[in-house]
Amino acid sequence: MAIALAAETAVPVPAGHPLGYFWYRVRQSPLTLAGLAIILVVLAVMLLAPLLAPHDPNLVDLEHRLLPPSATYWFGTDEVGRDLFSRILFGSRQSVSVALFVVPVAGVLGSLLGSFSGSVGGAADTVIMRATDIVMSVPSLVLTMALAAALGPSLFNAMLAITVVRIPFYVRLARGQALLIRELNYTKAARTFGASRWHLVRWHVLRNALPPIIVQATLDVGGTILMAAALGFIGLGAQQPTAEWGAMVATGRNYILDQWWYSAFPGCAILVTAMGCNLFGDGLRDLLDPRQKGR
Amino acid sequence: MSGEPLMTLHDLQVRFPVGKDWLGRTNEQVHALNGVDLDIREGETLGVVGESGCGKTTLAQVLIGLVEPSGGRIRRRDGEGRPGPGRMQIVFQDPQSSLDPRLPVWRIIAEPLMIQRRGLGRAELRRAAAEAAAQVEIPADYLDRFPHEFSGGQRQRIAIARALISQPEVILLDEPTSALDISVQAQILNLLNELQRRRSLTFILISHNVSVVRHMSDRVAVMYLGQIVELGPTEAVLGAPRHPYTALLLESLPRLGVPVAGEVLANGTELPSNRILPSGCFFRDRCPLAQAGCERPQVLQPRPGAGPEHAVRCHLKVT
Amino acid sequence: MSESSVLSIDNLRLEFPIYRGAVKALNGVTLRVEPREIVGVVGESGSGKSVTAMAVMRLLVPGSYQVTGGSARFLGQDLLAASERTMLGLRGTQVAMIFQEPMTALNPTRRVGEQMVEVIRRHRRLGRSQARDEAVALLRDMHVADPGRIQQSYPFELSGGMRQRVMLALAFSCRPQLLIADEPTTALDVTVQRQVLLLMREKAREKNAAVLFITHDMAVVSQFCDRVYVMYAGAVVEDGPTAEVMAAPRHPYTIALLQALPDRVASRGAIAAIPGSVPDLTQLPAGCAFASRCPWVREACRTRPPMVPLDAGGRRHAACWAVQDEVGR
Repeated sequence: MAIALAAETAVPVPAGHPLGYFWYRVRQSPLTLAGLAIILVVLAVMLLAPLLAPHDPNLVDLEHRLLPPSATYWFGTDEVGRDLFSRILFGSRQSVSVALFVVPVAGVLGSLLGSFSGSVGGAADTVIMRATDIVMSVPSLVLTMALAAALGPSLFNAMLAITVVRIPFYVRLARGQALLIRELNYTKAARTFGASRWHLVRWHVLRNALPPIIVQATLDVGGTILMAAALGFIGLGAQQPTAEWGAMVATGRNYILDQWWYSAFPGCAILVTAMGCNLFGDGLRDLLDPRQKGR
Repeated sequence: MSGEPLMTLHDLQVRFPVGKDWLGRTNEQVHALNGVDLDIREGETLGVVGESGCGKTTLAQVLIGLVEPSGGRIRRRDGEGRPGPGRMQIVFQDPQSSLDPRLPVWRIIAEPLMIQRRGLGRAELRRAAAEAAAQVEIPADYLDRFPHEFSGGQRQRIAIARALISQPEVILLDEPTSALDISVQAQILNLLNELQRRRSLTFILISHNVSVVRHMSDRVAVMYLGQIVELGPTEAVLGAPRHPYTALLLESLPRLGVPVAGEVLANGTELPSNRILPSGCFFRDRCPLAQAGCERPQVLQPRPGAGPEHAVRCHLKVT
Repeated sequence: MSESSVLSIDNLRLEFPIYRGAVKALNGVTLRVEPREIVGVVGESGSGKSVTAMAVMRLLVPGSYQVTGGSARFLGQDLLAASERTMLGLRGTQVAMIFQEPMTALNPTRRVGEQMVEVIRRHRRLGRSQARDEAVALLRDMHVADPGRIQQSYPFELSGGMRQRVMLALAFSCRPQLLIADEPTTALDVTVQRQVLLLMREKAREKNAAVLFITHDMAVVSQFCDRVYVMYAGAVVEDGPTAEVMAAPRHPYTIALLQALPDRVASRGAIAAIPGSVPDLTQLPAGCAFASRCPWVREACRTRPPMVPLDAGGRRHAACWAVQDEVGR
């Protein structure tokens, strides 16, 4: 007996181009939109700094030291007469590149390790978990500083230090996802077909663990920028004369009473960038929620 | 149907540890299966009914290999132990969660082949998937879509196609239509019957929905607290039940046009805990016919007055 | 007539706007619940039965939906235009609701007794120990043998049936005039379901509450409800006294639905499945929503059939041109 099957779909598949639909969803949340806007602006600044900066960020001009914000020097000047606005523009390169290095590297390494750990279980899982426990038990900033100091003050070493400290976070996250996915019916179904553990990880765990990890990673960008700034603040990041937001805030401390602009503007830059990443990351989590598909 | 059963379960037991004392020794257990004896005959549909806590889900998990038995044996016609993955497949209850949302449907259907027969190329897998999909009336041009683009009934068809693709002997259906609407359920049941006729499949149908089991099954096993309390041909067990629990179950079923009747009970409306098993007959506390003799554990066996195929776990003489 | 009805919904239309379109969830729902009646609403997924209840109780997320027509009144009071404050005053006191999954209605981290006391005190002026006594009394009223133990338990320690009894106890605590039950027994075993239904009927009759019972199970409806509304694709297609509708259905969908039950056919025989499937609610046809699956479809079905009475007393209605033709003769 033939069973008629009408050509219908259950969930309304959004009509039109997927990018159009994505844009529709983002539009629905003003905060997410704001976050996205900030991120795009910061990226633009990073790429176009040479074109946007009105002055050479490293040009020393002792006659114009510590000038307040004016028409020529929009954010004022620092103690050797360099234009703060241009330095902030160029400083974005240091801070953002730290995040762009740390988050993908820590994310990928941590996720692979965590997925493996959660899927395999047993002794390997225990060893990996205890190792991450040890790393996480030291306050992250202290550990980062210690590592960076041990490796030597430079931007690259700062990046390495932050990466090492962030990896356990992703290991835990991925492991949690792996444990969850292991219990889902489609993974159990694959086990009933005789799937090997590797097959389960490769085909089911990794793919499905990715969205929450991506969301966390986006939120992590803000945190990484703050950490890089903190390292710069204590002199372990990019070295002078390279402009770097954290270092600028640190140096500005000495002048904060009379020349408030020196610390304030770089501080605002850090704040705005981190906040933009957080807002967008929050919105991304809602966007990627499969229950919202089609709405 | 040939003589020897396809599979026999002897005194199957499953216990899950739930409590440990400070030394790490298990001091509390959930007794999910407490001695299940069952034979599965080739070409039949064996229905398993029971309410929550009766162990039917655990039975499915043991048969399919997700859980190891704590006691008892499974014997096959050609060896010991449960069937290998290619010989027995399962269709889960929830068509939503049993399909990986991030894989295209052809890949989901072909997965058993991919695992069991390495070395099959992508094109071959696709072709096999298309064939299986045709059996369940999913058009070939839908195969690149993802599960969320299908309705519940269609997803269940995809799950059935996946179960068929490795040409198993036995298909375990775990509440296959419980998550579906009545009209979709009808379509799926018709499909299953059709497939069984065409391919001489053996079905084990596990469900709490008695009317579905009555419709589909040749024989029925009624489970209570990890044991089979009645086993026999469908019309006999569901038409003239011998065990008091089966009678209670059938009486509680909503029937079209019959107003709900009875008294609200304060006690004895639910299964006893399976952590500490009751002594004697498990149903004793709820049984309206409990009397002397029920404090002994009951044995599942054919009783006088019922057919030789109809086994009951109750010593009472029923007229 | 609408003043005396406990709940009266007239031609309610509602949609959920989505990307490039809208899900037309309700397309003209008309139903009434009179005092002390037990009214059933039966339909499959996508029929709009739950959305109707959520919409009139204003439990849908504000902003996610739009009422495009019709009205809903509780004892004459407009529910759709009422302020949230008014609704808060109604919910839990004059209108109570219980849902399918009692586990999610109770906070899993707090004992049941605490939660009951909190709900009781929220709606009635009682001291803490008075409220506790009241909670015990309510549970006892629900035929719970050991109310003290239940009060001390956490929700996960209780069985599904027991949790529903707790929810019913709370639902009846303020003597509501209307109890809305959305699939309350679907997740329960058959033996437990019977107990819960008996309890609901007993208490509703005792406390003079009307019940709106939403389910997909035809057999349960026929057991439990005085009158029934059958819904399809967001609209009521047939209504009448339950016994009559079940014994002699008139609308093609009701007929087809009853015939699709496995009990209707011989064992292993082919069940009369309804061809096709439920229409996409974002692309509803202009005419009758069931037309593409109906064996009696005709030219007139290109326009939506109105609900017409099938008998002189107006007790039964159906929305179908074919039925109308018959009745006209």
